[in-house]
Amino acid sequence: MTTTTTKTTTTTGRRSLGEWWNNLNRFQQWAILIPLVVFIYALPELNPPIITTEPGYDFPIAMFEVARYALIAIGLNVVVGQAGLLDLGYVGFFAIGAYVAALFTSPDSALTKLPFLAVLPIAMAITMVFGVILGSPTLRLRGDYLAIVTLGFGEIVRLLADNLEPLRGNQGFQQVGHPPGTHADGTPIFNNTDGTPWYWLTVTIIILILVLVGNLERSRVGRSWVAIRDDEDAAAIMGVNTFKFKIWAFVIGAAIGGLSGALYAGQLAFVNNQKFDVVTSMLFLAAVILGGSGNKVGVILGAIIVAYIPARFLGIAEYRYLIFGLALIVLMIFRPQGLLGARQRLLTYGRQAYQRLLGRGEQISHDASVSTDRNGGV
Amino acid sequence: MTQPENGNGPEVKAEGGLVAELQQMTEAELAEHEAEVAEVVASDREMAVDVGQTLLEIDELTMRFGGLTALDSVSFGIRRGEILGLIGPNGAGKTTCFNAMTGVYRPTSGRVLLEGKPLGKLARHNITRRGIARTFQNIRLFGEMTALENVVVGTDARHKTSVMGALVRSPRHFREEKAAIERAMALLDFVGIVDRAADKAKNLPYGYQRRLEIARALATEPKLLCLDEPAAGFNPIEKEELMGLIRKIRDDGYTVLLIEHDMKLVMGVTDRIVVLEFGKKIAEGVPAEIRENPAVIAAYLGVPDDDLA
Repeated sequence: MTTTTTKTTTTTGRRSLGEWWNNLNRFQQWAILIPLVVFIYALPELNPPIITTEPGYDFPIAMFEVARYALIAIGLNVVVGQAGLLDLGYVGFFAIGAYVAALFTSPDSALTKLPFLAVLPIAMAITMVFGVILGSPTLRLRGDYLAIVTLGFGEIVRLLADNLEPLRGNQGFQQVGHPPGTHADGTPIFNNTDGTPWYWLTVTIIILILVLVGNLERSRVGRSWVAIRDDEDAAAIMGVNTFKFKIWAFVIGAAIGGLSGALYAGQLAFVNNQKFDVVTSMLFLAAVILGGSGNKVGVILGAIIVAYIPARFLGIAEYRYLIFGLALIVLMIFRPQGLLGARQRLLTYGRQAYQRLLGRGEQISHDASVSTDRNGGV
Repeated sequence: MTQPENGNGPEVKAEGGLVAELQQMTEAELAEHEAEVAEVVASDREMAVDVGQTLLEIDELTMRFGGLTALDSVSFGIRRGEILGLIGPNGAGKTTCFNAMTGVYRPTSGRVLLEGKPLGKLARHNITRRGIARTFQNIRLFGEMTALENVVVGTDARHKTSVMGALVRSPRHFREEKAAIERAMALLDFVGIVDRAADKAKNLPYGYQRRLEIARALATEPKLLCLDEPAAGFNPIEKEELMGLIRKIRDDGYTVLLIEHDMKLVMGVTDRIVVLEFGKKIAEGVPAEIRENPAVIAAYLGVPDDDLA
């Protein structure tokens, strides 16, 4: 998890924040991160006055919603932000994850019952297969064309949920499973009224996914994605197997979408054909675009805004699509790169390399380069 | 400012890192440093042909776009270790020839053979892995990446870390990352842009971007390096420096194919020249011959009407 040095148009205040963070050593960064993570975990217990969504909306459940959106945004960011593939049907993968969880755990389904935690990897695996099925024919398309096809995919999944007999349409699946464990009085820890355990589980998964996605980013894979995003033809000519890495981006994004779908199904303990519409897909995408596509911290920020604001201000929840729409328009005019612009770290040994070459911290990249100021035309 | 933790490479004492150190070096030290860098950059790929033998052969290559014949059964060979110039007036088919070689276009007929083996229908990334790297006439860098990251993308062409390997950070991932960084830093040093290694490519000055493209192409460890008008937009001094760089690349064991408009640069740096006009090869030879060749002079200067009669 890192902050960013943003694009050239940023104010000096923002830039120095990014630089400040980059110039801290690892120990100092951890010294800030660990208390922050502890605070994030403690949030539903603390229920801080101004931040709380109560009495209108149960705070722990609101926090779970925020965490769920953050997980989705991280997954969608791999596809849209890193590899630059505009996916408008992401809700399809989310829905598949939710239905897989329901089919394998709900008593309403004819399939064998499995423990909820075992269903999570199964949900990921099945959405990955769907990622390949959707990706292999369509990833030859680019830009707008790909967006239209993925939009269609999202709708197909929703219509299947509406019409396929075994998926039970509007009637849905009751008593979807949950992770094991009971309180002293015998009630399950993970139930659909208490959001806190679900929130903790999701935050833990988010941290895990962030580490894994970070590993990918600072490797050949992440570099290939960003190269494809910046210039697909040049990437191919520089030896990047563009098709393979686009499929991988799609599949990894799908897996994370499926995982969050399964968590959603578990927390709600109920899945039916509602909530998997195009508008939800747009909301996911809005989180990514709003926060800053291509920036992990940015998309989490975007997810927090998209999920938290309607829960906090119930009065305006009705108008949220209007408000987000306007916010996006304003943002696209004044800050097209999102709140935090794209920034990625693509080298495992980048820190050491820049240190050795330039004798200072990590990436400093803006128009007025410090190096020319200091060294004056080497 | 701490030392690099894992001490990859020589220790750097100066506050400003390698860049500051370079400035403090005496000429002898600088020469030694340059030799070290050239050593790291040098091509160490096994090749099936010896120096002086034909590395790449273009055999009766024809390229048609609808009714337009951009290349009309062009044949020539590039010998290992030479700098071959490909020249011709605007629209002669030089870049088309490049594109057909690097897999951007599929030739209508004819073959391209690298080390005697046809490239056939290989995908673009596989042609790069086989050993042909190129730069672009209109610069095409990865703008959001730093200069160093751009070059590392080039080194990735020869790496094998898979998604799973990167996910769990396999030993091979670390090995390749380390090797990639070493080579990429040396390459930036080699082309002379190491002081801006941490800048986003899109923020680099024009001359740096051109050099970065060369570094990125060299990072793929090509057997043949194709430069598409690398001096476009350069002033005479910059062109002079670029000629020096191209010679340095050749001296380091690479074979270079150069498309260029500037006659002075082409005559000064190439070993042999192939001249195209309207998609046909009209001459081939050493620079002195080409300069005297009436067909080439006619192509470049035009022929007075009465001469045609």
